[in-house]
Amino acid sequence: MTQTTVGIGGAAEGTDMVLNIGPQHPSTHGVLRLRLVLDGERISSAEPVIGYMHRGAEKLFEARDYRQIIMLANRHDWLSAFSNELGVVLAVERMLGMEVPERAVWTRTLLAELNRALNHLMFLGSYPLELGGMTPVFHAFREREELQTVMEEISGGRMHYMFNRVGGLKEDMPAGWTGRARQAVAAVRGRMDVFDKLVLGNEIFRARTRGVGVLDRRTVHAYGVSGPVARACGTDFDLRRDEPYLAYGELADVLKVVTREEGDCLARFECLLEQTHNALDLADACLDRLAELPPGPVNQRLPKVLKAPEGATYAWTENPLGVNGYYLVSKGEKTPYRLKLRSASFNNVQVLTELLPGTLVADMVAILGSLFFVVGDVDK
Amino acid sequence: MITTAAENLSLFGRDPWWLIVVKAVFCFAFAMLTVLFSIVWERKVVAWMQLRIGPNRHGPWGMLQSLADGVKLMLKEDVVVKGADKVVYILAPIVAAIPAFMAFAVIPFGPADNEISVFGTRTPMQLTDLPVGVLFILATASVGIYGIVLAGWSSGSTYPLLGGLRSTAQMISYEIAMGLSFAAVFLYSHSMSTSQIVASQQDKWYVLLLPVSFIVYVVAMVGETNRAPFDLPEAEGELVGGFNTEYSSIKFAMFMLAEYVNMVTVSAVATTLFLGGWRAPWPITTFWDGANHGWWPLLWFTVKIQLSLFFFIWLRGTLPRMRYDQFMKLGWKVLIPVSMVWLMLVAAVRALRNDNYDFGRIALYVGGAVLVVLLLSLVVDVFRDRGRKRADAEADAEADRKPFDPMAGGYPVPPLPGQTLPPVPRRRPRGERQLVPVNGENGTGTTNGEETGDDH
Repeated sequence: MTQTTVGIGGAAEGTDMVLNIGPQHPSTHGVLRLRLVLDGERISSAEPVIGYMHRGAEKLFEARDYRQIIMLANRHDWLSAFSNELGVVLAVERMLGMEVPERAVWTRTLLAELNRALNHLMFLGSYPLELGGMTPVFHAFREREELQTVMEEISGGRMHYMFNRVGGLKEDMPAGWTGRARQAVAAVRGRMDVFDKLVLGNEIFRARTRGVGVLDRRTVHAYGVSGPVARACGTDFDLRRDEPYLAYGELADVLKVVTREEGDCLARFECLLEQTHNALDLADACLDRLAELPPGPVNQRLPKVLKAPEGATYAWTENPLGVNGYYLVSKGEKTPYRLKLRSASFNNVQVLTELLPGTLVADMVAILGSLFFVVGDVDK
Repeated sequence: MITTAAENLSLFGRDPWWLIVVKAVFCFAFAMLTVLFSIVWERKVVAWMQLRIGPNRHGPWGMLQSLADGVKLMLKEDVVVKGADKVVYILAPIVAAIPAFMAFAVIPFGPADNEISVFGTRTPMQLTDLPVGVLFILATASVGIYGIVLAGWSSGSTYPLLGGLRSTAQMISYEIAMGLSFAAVFLYSHSMSTSQIVASQQDKWYVLLLPVSFIVYVVAMVGETNRAPFDLPEAEGELVGGFNTEYSSIKFAMFMLAEYVNMVTVSAVATTLFLGGWRAPWPITTFWDGANHGWWPLLWFTVKIQLSLFFFIWLRGTLPRMRYDQFMKLGWKVLIPVSMVWLMLVAAVRALRNDNYDFGRIALYVGGAVLVVLLLSLVVDVFRDRGRKRADAEADAEADRKPFDPMAGGYPVPPLPGQTLPPVPRRRPRGERQLVPVNGENGTGTTNGEETGDDH
């Protein structure tokens, strides 16, 4: 590419077209902005500009006690609220050395997996939408509705569940809930063909995604990319298996870490799809296990003022979109001294600078969508 | 044949002036009503495909939705962006909308031989016809796309510019494929006049005689009207709105109108050229002679157009958008060569028939030639695959031969998938193992100590 620079004195300006994708653009799911320099329709450089949605979550954490933090923490990635809450309570429990009742552990695992399926279904629907296929998103939302009804029944929330508490869960499951959860999971699984065959089998869809936006393993490691995006490049890393938390250690035979070698958009979509299937299987396994557990408490009695002892810990979880970590530093106050948030999308989106140059504008949409990010998770 | 065509055309252009006005208004109204209906129909059908209900607020069954939308758009604020080239910017939607209607002037709604009577005047069911009617349709269709290109350019903005550029390339490549698919029809009908083309489909519709031309035309017509999966100039996911990003109010409405009228127009052309025009479909004509006379042809024509429009809607509801370069590839590397070869084939068959070869022998020649080409391509494919497989196998063997060195980068790393660690040297069997002396020369002392420990 030749770059011509024309101008007199200080007013020098490149003649290449600069295209601002966003902050308001249909394919950025919110307010991500990409500054692209175009040569025809080919992108010669790309720079993600983030922060339009920065809400200062980390600073706000410092002025909230541990019960209030849960409410804030489940908002940065609004599609995986349950898993976000989980990281905070795991960190605080670890600092306190608190043992969580077994019933709560299994219920948490179950809800985390249902949340994962919910999250993935969103992207399974929105990705074809970005490629111009309008219909799958509505089918994805029908499935989401099934699962959301179940989640709403147990927690009262459809997006921000607020169901985790330090030491367990808010309350036990309603009577008959497990049966309805099982039905919902079965219903969703029964209709996953829409994505397995109609979306993934579509010739145009495959042509748009195969070999597009190939991410290699070096870049993944260099940028700290995680989650299904990283696993699609053959990075075989999943905290649920490699550093089991909750009950994942006992679910090793059901848990399947989905990996692909290709690293292109299609592989990322396939990973997501297969992981959704696996999340449904895991949910079923958790339900089976919950049925065997004797009745018991699902939380601990907490003191009026909850203070984490002085010290620091890092709790990381395998969120639907990747590794989500909280670094908690406490000085023994009722609020954390510092609660650093490591969100998955933040790292995943940065890799765009490497992926986009050399691709077409149409590919840009395919790549952007296949990185499966939530802007709130990027901007925190 | 040529003389009958001239005779048939002589029926046109004899209407009194008021009848011409009535017919022109009818053409306009037909196009408008079909558009108004098809917008609601599209939204309904797509809604059903997407598990929704669709518009149901305005009028019974939401039928007046597009009317309400039109009124709403007209009443909206009309923004002219600062960087726009004002004259062209305002002209563009008009250039896009008007030619879309013009093609209807030569579309036959019924038989050409003065079958119907309007206020006592017998007249053909067609506004007019030209000896080059189909060329007129092609011409108006291309002019319409200028509107889109100019809109993209004059908006003085990035997204519309990209949309306009895409539209230019799309127009150039798909007009050719479309023209080539028409050429086969001309060869069969001996005419470019639309009424004559319909007349010559009395025995068999051209969709049966010229299936390849029909398929090429269907692909080209979807490309020509910027509809999904070829809606690249708009591409709301990539270019926001494409060429119409900066347009609002009535100007935007004009673009929407142009898009839908174009859909109706190309459907009408497809019906006329390939689907037997106003003729009743096969099973009806066998038991009802009157089906192709009087006002009835209007019904068959409308039904065929609606089916074609449903096809457009179906595509939109099910397919994702193609990428720009793939779309160009499809046009230049598939559609144009295929229609060229097909055209040659059709011409050869026509020539042979003119020389009085019987159909069986022609079919034999053509079938034989096609078979030979297919066989050749199969053989080529097999050999190419074999070559690739050999190359792959060699590459694999190459990779296998090179042993994995965990220390290559300076640090010990685990093997990546596909690599294997060099085999760990096997431990010697227990019996041969020698005891390692811990405290210098006294090797047996430690074992004794352990044994005493066990005794406790």
